[in-house]
Amino acid sequence: MKHLIKLTSIITALVLITSCSPGGMSGEKSGPGSKKGAAEKVYVAPGEYDEYYGFLSGGFSGQLYAYGFPSARLLKIIPVFSQDPQTGYGYTEESKPMLETSYGFIPWDDLHHPDISQTNGELDGRWVFVNANNTPRIARVDLRDFNTAEIIEIPNSAGNHSSAFITENTEYVVAGTRFGVPIPQRDMPIQDYKGNFKASLTFLSVDQKTGQMDIAFQIRMPGFNYDLSHPGRDKSHGWFFFTTYNTEEAFTLLEVNASQQDKDFVAAVNWKKAEEYIKEGKGVVEKTRYAHNIYDEKTHTTTHTIKDKVTVLDASNLPGLVYLIPSAKSPHGCDVDPTGEYIISNGKLSSNLVVHSYSKIMNAIEKELYEGEAYGIPILKFEETIAGIVEQPGIGPLHTEFDNKGHAYTTFFVSSEVVKWKVETRQIIDRQPAYYSPGHLCIPGGNSRKPDGKYLLVMNKITKDRYLPVGPELNQAGQLFDITGEKMELLLDFPMIGEPHYAGMIHADKVKDRTLQIYDLDENKHPGVAKGPDNVRVERKGNNVHVYMTMIRSHFNPDNIEGVKVGDKVYFHVTNIEQDYDIPHGFAMMGARNSEMLIVPGKTETLVWEPQAEGVYPFYCTDFCSALHQEMQGYVRVSPANSNVKLTWGLNHENYE
Amino acid sequence: MKKFVLLLLAAFIMFGCASNSEKGKPPKFKAPKIAKTEEQEPVYDKVDGVAVDMNNKGIGPVKSVTIPETIDMALAKEGEGIYNALCLACHRPTQKFIGPAPKGVLERRSPEWVMNMIINPEKMVAEDPIAKKLLIEYNGSPMANQGVTEEKARAILEYFRTL
Repeated sequence: MKHLIKLTSIITALVLITSCSPGGMSGEKSGPGSKKGAAEKVYVAPGEYDEYYGFLSGGFSGQLYAYGFPSARLLKIIPVFSQDPQTGYGYTEESKPMLETSYGFIPWDDLHHPDISQTNGELDGRWVFVNANNTPRIARVDLRDFNTAEIIEIPNSAGNHSSAFITENTEYVVAGTRFGVPIPQRDMPIQDYKGNFKASLTFLSVDQKTGQMDIAFQIRMPGFNYDLSHPGRDKSHGWFFFTTYNTEEAFTLLEVNASQQDKDFVAAVNWKKAEEYIKEGKGVVEKTRYAHNIYDEKTHTTTHTIKDKVTVLDASNLPGLVYLIPSAKSPHGCDVDPTGEYIISNGKLSSNLVVHSYSKIMNAIEKELYEGEAYGIPILKFEETIAGIVEQPGIGPLHTEFDNKGHAYTTFFVSSEVVKWKVETRQIIDRQPAYYSPGHLCIPGGNSRKPDGKYLLVMNKITKDRYLPVGPELNQAGQLFDITGEKMELLLDFPMIGEPHYAGMIHADKVKDRTLQIYDLDENKHPGVAKGPDNVRVERKGNNVHVYMTMIRSHFNPDNIEGVKVGDKVYFHVTNIEQDYDIPHGFAMMGARNSEMLIVPGKTETLVWEPQAEGVYPFYCTDFCSALHQEMQGYVRVSPANSNVKLTWGLNHENYE
Repeated sequence: MKKFVLLLLAAFIMFGCASNSEKGKPPKFKAPKIAKTEEQEPVYDKVDGVAVDMNNKGIGPVKSVTIPETIDMALAKEGEGIYNALCLACHRPTQKFIGPAPKGVLERRSPEWVMNMIINPEKMVAEDPIAKKLLIEYNGSPMANQGVTEEKARAILEYFRTL
């Protein structure tokens, strides 16, 4: 209770302090209904579709969430880095390899930044790429079936934060390093960090037909914290920009020690130059270990392999590869406007927005207007790179997105607001409070040449009093604004899942007609498939019992199995032989120390059950599939280990002795 | 219930007239032959106990099927393969199972009805008088739409002729 009082007074003090800052948490509530017509703008009539798909990061839930906008209706949870008992992802034999890493099986991660694939700088709706921050990985979600198709681990990295952003033809997915580490990993004193800990900026190539990723090369960098990144586009295509903090290379109490210098850097990487160096054989092949997991759409199975080599380019020794641009203190977001000319560095601790000019950066590079170097990498003169500075537009700028009319929209964490300003003139046009403490924001097509300035989604970090209280932990608040007018108008306020870090929004027309409705049973090449009553069977191989089972409305075949013994490992290979849209069946086995599996039409999946005691145990369909769903069940008889009960199986006494 | 079936039959006949006139023939109005149907004693099939109506072509894309004298064995073989993959789970060829057995089905249903039932099951069990009765006869177990094309349904039909 004492703690509670203490906490309450701290919070009260905090609220008092912040409410003094411009546009801060005023405490007065505003929301849909406060302005006339807001409800109509987000109303999607029953049976009608939303105009946009939004792919929201699920943060520490490890998953990606597909929403419809403007209604903010949750359409699907896409399991990526965390096990999902609802579908069986990460529990079935087919999907478990997707969560394998060089450290072994990991059931969770922290999913940050979704980025939708592009062609010619426009979103094309083929794939969404996302990053795991904790154990560095990049995943590719296929938008034909909204499933995770591939996960690749990023070696020589830690805190995979400035990821997974793509170049404008999806040539590369880029992954950075937030936490410098010894490369290769080795036992050494932490206090020897400076100069010895390193970072990697990793470029993953993408096969344009299959989407399959591969590590093309890594750029070895000084051990700064690479926070966020965005690709150059149009005129600046060929470059990639990363914000950095902790250029002090502190390793303890970073809160203070990484905030000593007045400026940190934007690292500008010339990846076309990197390609040249690779061609010239300047890359050094280093031994390492990382996992590469690929889903096969014919066998419905993920294959996990460990790879052991990576090609490295050392930024300190290869001129023209990387330039450091001094920027606002400890910048967070690194955002490039639709024309590719302006690179916005959101100065988290300086409160200034520094607008760098691509043309000026090129000029400074050409004329070698350097003010020094760090680890052999040239540092450009600050004033030679900037188009201008938005002075004190708010407190704690984090991220900026753009519309198609030359405006930028920036979130301010501390002053809890979103500010609209004109990119060319850096003039502030509007500011609206956000509830509370916004982080990322998203405009449809935001990270591309062609944003669609219709809606703005603000993803807040703190919820407080926005919804009915549900105890101490609250879901993060999302707020949707209409940005078609001069002033931003708050339309909708809705709770999100996990902590969304960034989102990708795309017009539904680019995705919806390409989605699959079923998996073709003819093309099912799963080794455990049973396509009909002629194939169903139960086989014993030592202590392993393999059940090849089918499911269709509304029965399993077989639904009676006898001859299983205590100590056996039973593999249920279950095929949904329906070929109709949206008729999945579930499979759940009593006492299985596992999840259910939800099997969609045409697919085969495998659940393992290790019966521990003799008895007769039911299994059943978990997804209400027809009027006879409650009848969709079966039994497995488990006999003692030394029993002579013959292995038999059947349905309605067929095949049964 | 009987009255309802008759009404539906009447509606069906009327609908038939309408579609004739669409083909460019001069519209000839024929009074629905309700009186005549009333006189007939319905014949019930021995398999499912449902009134036989060989004029019922069902609801769906298949309007007319010509069945040659001899069975096309190659087509029947193809149909058997499709049937085993998509239908066998619920329809055993010669005995009642989850759904009716297809053996002898062409003696109690029109070929068009059979194909429409395969292609368009949701609408059939909701609206077709025979299919509605069959749904009740088979405990409300729904016929799954297996995404069968017209071409594949025709092959399955040929297979049924061999049973």
